[in-house]
Amino acid sequence: MDMFNILWRRNPSKKTAKDRLKVVLVNDRTNCSNQVLEMLKNDIVKALNIYMDIDAEALDIQITQTPIGDSQGEYMPVLNANIPIKNIRKFKEQLNRRE
Amino acid sequence: MGEVYVVTSGKGGVGKTTSTANIGTGLAIVGKKVVMVDADIGLRNLDVVMGLENRIVYDIVDVIEGACRLKQALIRDKRYSDLYLLPAAQTKDKSALTPEQMQKLCKQLREEFEYVIIDCPAGIEQGFKNAIAGANKAIVVTTPEVSAVRDADRVIGLLEANDLRNPLLVLNRIRPEMVKRGDMMTIEDVMEILAIEILGVVPDDESIVISTNRGDPCVADDSSWAGRAYRNITRRLLGEIVPLMKLQQEKGFLGRILRFFRFGS
Repeated sequence: MDMFNILWRRNPSKKTAKDRLKVVLVNDRTNCSNQVLEMLKNDIVKALNIYMDIDAEALDIQITQTPIGDSQGEYMPVLNANIPIKNIRKFKEQLNRRE
Repeated sequence: MGEVYVVTSGKGGVGKTTSTANIGTGLAIVGKKVVMVDADIGLRNLDVVMGLENRIVYDIVDVIEGACRLKQALIRDKRYSDLYLLPAAQTKDKSALTPEQMQKLCKQLREEFEYVIIDCPAGIEQGFKNAIAGANKAIVVTTPEVSAVRDADRVIGLLEANDLRNPLLVLNRIRPEMVKRGDMMTIEDVMEILAIEILGVVPDDESIVISTNRGDPCVADDSSWAGRAYRNITRRLLGEIVPLMKLQQEKGFLGRILRFFRFGS
């Protein structure tokens, strides 16, 4: 850190570069594995079908980035799933069966 | 059987050809039998970087089409007798080769040479697929810029998908004064992002331009800073453990004071 940085408290640009790269790469990397995402989607549908009727056509899952706490630049990948339910009657059936 | 290294990057202009020339020459200096293959069909450059452009008679496409024997197309280096170049074709395009043909060619070359170093074209299309087809190891070259690192990450994924696991990283064109200022990503930053093993760091050095002007790779130049970096890379490829080069040059007490007040850099 030299005088210039101390006096002007300049934000070093490398941090910006690194933070931006991290976000971009998570997107790039998950785009590469569409196949895995599709497999995951099928397994989720299978598991949920035990409990309820879901709209498999309208199901949408994706991996996004969420900041961790209030620390800047730290991100955690999060799996977001949007699953419309057609009918939750099965849920009760399952409960009854367990009992 | 020799090792077949492909030198790749995704992004253009980060130093693939320079790295190929210096690693190839570096291995030849220590007495290894080396052939460098220019896989950049239509945009050949390894020949000029090596200073061998006047000796080309046949090229890689001639070999594959059977217009000449492999031995006829290999150009012996003017400085090191165990260093050879197989030049790219300049008038054809990348569709003149297929991955299968490259595999066959590399198999032939590795029987004859201890090291086969392939200079890969930029991009991830046909030319890239040809260049990696016959390789059993990969070196990824990048610079500490967002675009180059992003492309390197993409290429690492593609290499691994093609069974070229554990590629080695060369981080090129580091500018220590910018790193110190916090305006350039450090070796640690790039390694953290790409998560692959580092083979070496090369400083942004004028001697690269000068040696390329002359067609004489700087790895042989004892006074060149970048040359020293490439000598270290060569030694690491041979299995030696060499610590990463210190990139900050101390300029003495006065220099440090001046730098503190931003008069020097």
